[in-house]
This record gives sequence, C-alpha cells and structure tokens, in this order.
Amino acid sequence: MVSPKSLTLPLSAEDVASLRAGDIILLNGPLVTGRDKVHKYLVEKRPQKTEIPFELAGSVLYHCGPIMRKTDTGYNVVAAGPTTSIRVEMYEADVIRQYGLRGIMGKGGMGENTLRAMQEAGCVYLHTVGGAAAYLADRIKKTLNVWLLEEFGATEAMWLFEVESFPAIVTMDAHGKSMHKEIEDLSFGKFKELMNR
Amino acid sequence: MLKLRDGVVELYRKVATSLPPDVEEAVKASCAQEEEGSTAASMLSVIAENIRRARETFRPMCQDTGVPVFYVKVPVGLSHAELKNTIVEATREATEKVPLRANAVDVITEKNSGDNTGEGFPVIYFEETSAGTLTIDLMLKGAGSENAGQLYKLPLPEIGAQRDLEGVRRCVLDAVQKAQGRGCPPYIIGVGIGATKDQVTRLAKQQLMRKLNDTNKVAELAELEQRLLADINRLGVGPMGLGGRTTALGVKIGVNHRHPASYFVDVSIGCWAMRRGRLIW
Repeated sequence: MVSPKSLTLPLSAEDVASLRAGDIILLNGPLVTGRDKVHKYLVEKRPQKTEIPFELAGSVLYHCGPIMRKTDTGYNVVAAGPTTSIRVEMYEADVIRQYGLRGIMGKGGMGENTLRAMQEAGCVYLHTVGGAAAYLADRIKKTLNVWLLEEFGATEAMWLFEVESFPAIVTMDAHGKSMHKEIEDLSFGKFKELMNR
Repeated sequence: MLKLRDGVVELYRKVATSLPPDVEEAVKASCAQEEEGSTAASMLSVIAENIRRARETFRPMCQDTGVPVFYVKVPVGLSHAELKNTIVEATREATEKVPLRANAVDVITEKNSGDNTGEGFPVIYFEETSAGTLTIDLMLKGAGSENAGQLYKLPLPEIGAQRDLEGVRRCVLDAVQKAQGRGCPPYIIGVGIGATKDQVTRLAKQQLMRKLNDTNKVAELAELEQRLLADINRLGVGPMGLGGRTTALGVKIGVNHRHPASYFVDVSIGCWAMRRGRLIW
C-alpha cells in the first residue's frame, strides 16, 4: 500500500490537481461538516458568504452528523464517522461551484453530476471509513465553531473542527476518474454472470 | 419499574458501544481473506480498531446510533403499555447518558425531538410468551444500511425472478448490486418471504437478530443462505464498496406462508456495525 500524503487545510487548486483516485491522504487543519439539511439550505436560501461564520472557499466539506457532548466551555466530539454522500447528489455540484469547495468527504461516493462539477471546478471526493466513528473522533482535536445549531440541531448543524492526521482515500479525482464507477461496472459484470447460472 | 428502566439504559449502552462477539469475529476473519496491503484489508483493520476503541472507551462505535428496534417477549399478565412507557423513558435517559445521537425527526415541523422519542419511535414489537421471564432484544439499526434495503413483488421479469427460491436469490443479488458501498459493507443480509408487504419487511429485519453462526432449521433455506453468501462475495463490491472479497458476512432468510397470488420478498441490509443485544429480566 502506498504511503499516505499529508495535506494542510484549506486546499489549493494545485493540491487538488496533484491528487489521483487511489491516493491515501491525511488531513490537517479546519474541517467543515454538512449533511442533508445544510445542503438543502445552501441551495434553496443561497446564504451570502458573509452570513457564514467561516470560510468555505478551499474547504473540505465532511458529510457527517456527529454525536456531540456539551461541556462548560463548548462542545466535545464523541463520535464522528461519515454519512452516505449520495443523498446530497442533487445539491452538491451547485454547492461546489457556488462556495468554492476543494473537497467533499463522506462514504459511498457520488454520481455523475458531482464528478463533472469536481472536474470543472477543481475538487476531489474523499472516502473515509463508514462506521469508524470512535476512531475518527480521535483525530478531531477540537471544536472551533458551529453554524445553524439552533435551526438544525447538533446532528445536522455545520460544525468547524480542527483535525490532525484525519485519514481518507481519494476515490473521485479532479481528472474525471471515479473508483466507485469502476467498481460498480466490475460488480455489474459479475452480477450478470451470477444471474445466468 | 425503576430498575427495569436502568436495565434498558444499560442495554442501550452495551448495544451502542460493543459489537456482538459473532460479528466481531466475522470482521476479523474476513480481514485474513483479503489481499495483504489492499484497500479492503486496510478498511477492515480500521473497522476492527474502531470496534476495540469504542468498547474500551464506552463510546458509540458509529455516530449513527440508528433507529432503536425492540423485540419484547412478555410473560402472561405483564402490561404492554407499562413496558412501552418504561422503554420510552429509558430511551430518553440513554440518549443523554450514553450518549446516543438524537435521530427522531417530526415529518411536519422537521424538528428533531432531541431525545430519540416520537410517533412510532423507538420501534417496539410485543409478543406474549409462556416463559416466566421478560426478554428484551434491541437492535440499533443504522440508516445508511436501512436506506439500501429493497422490497420485491414476484414475478419480476426485469431480473428473471419467478416465484421460487431461485427468484429470491435473484432479488437478493439485485439488492446488493444496487446498494454497492452505500450502506457500509461488509453487510449482513436479512430476507423475509411471505404474503403481505408489512409482514415481510418485519420478518426480514428480524432475521438480522440471528447469530451469524446459527444454521437455518429449514434445509432448503440453510442451503440458499450459504449459496447467497458465496455469490454476494463474488460481486467484488468489498468493504466500504472500494473493492475486495468481503461484501457480506452473513445471509439469513425467514419465511411465512404466502397467498396463492402473492410472493413478496424483502431484503433488509444491515451494516457491519450490526448492533444487537438482549436483556433477560
């Protein structure tokens, strides 16, 4: 297995262009979360960049609804694995173009529209291990900020975390390659064989 | 019923933070099946490490603590309504204490209730038993894998599925092929066959409560379970859908009698984090 490549957030256009599907990376720096409600909100309400309390340009948007514990001084992350990305397929291309995201992170991969937007705008899809919520929470060093907490609750709010050596695999790159598409095509071939037996 | 409530809170903690031994063993065994240094092997080793960390630190292994589904066997004379109240109260307490993620969302207002309770939430099935003890089985069913399940009405010409066990095999392969990596494989597959839609979906999910190493009492179904497990693992979807030999850890099939005109098959998909446990009272 190739050794992981360490990247500092936010990502530049050059960082993204250098990544290829199959690369293993470790993220360091501020990471933004967003899932179903955040995507619907960004596309329907089109909030101005000034309304969002942190910078999305160059960010990696992590599809995650964490378990948070409120403390005297703020919030601690208890568990924070990825959620299924395909549910926001109808919004993501728009969100990438509008807010200048350089990375989308989640599980299960995304579809043709997102892949095309990634190629045009310079963005990658990062796959992390579904269900590995305790393991991944240990790579989150602190909670920096939160947006839409009151409106959406802790599960669906947009959190800003500081991460260190947060592991992921590039499965869709900015050059049009998707590992998900390749594996789906291969498995469909096997499926047809199995249906003919 | 204060003590029983505490027992149910502890059941929640145990189920959310530690995987049943049969599932953990299956994950570890599948690790050895994958090529050394492959993405599949690395995914499985992270999963195994996560299972260990969650258990040792009493943290939920997955942030999606799912929809709680209870199967309760009640001795004659115990009130179902009181038991329901106790389970609901325990759910509120466990959400705070474990903690669980608040997952119950009002469809009209879109507000999260914040404590995992609401209309039909948690899901509770009661059944009377002649035994002297109360048995409470709990499954925390993750939504990623729940969304990957499929209901089939046979015959279904698109996949060449007639109304027989070969047709059932085709449905299961179709469901897994469509799910790809979106529901956190390696999967545990529950299948229900019977006369009505509501009955087969419940029956399919209930199969996920069975231990991976049990053997179906019906020889034909035991054979189909084995064959389907081998077939699914030939698809090459692999752990997390990133390719590999382990797409499923087990297939479990349950049947009810069907109507002459109906043949429903439900495929319920469980993620690797198949969280289930039992409390006997």
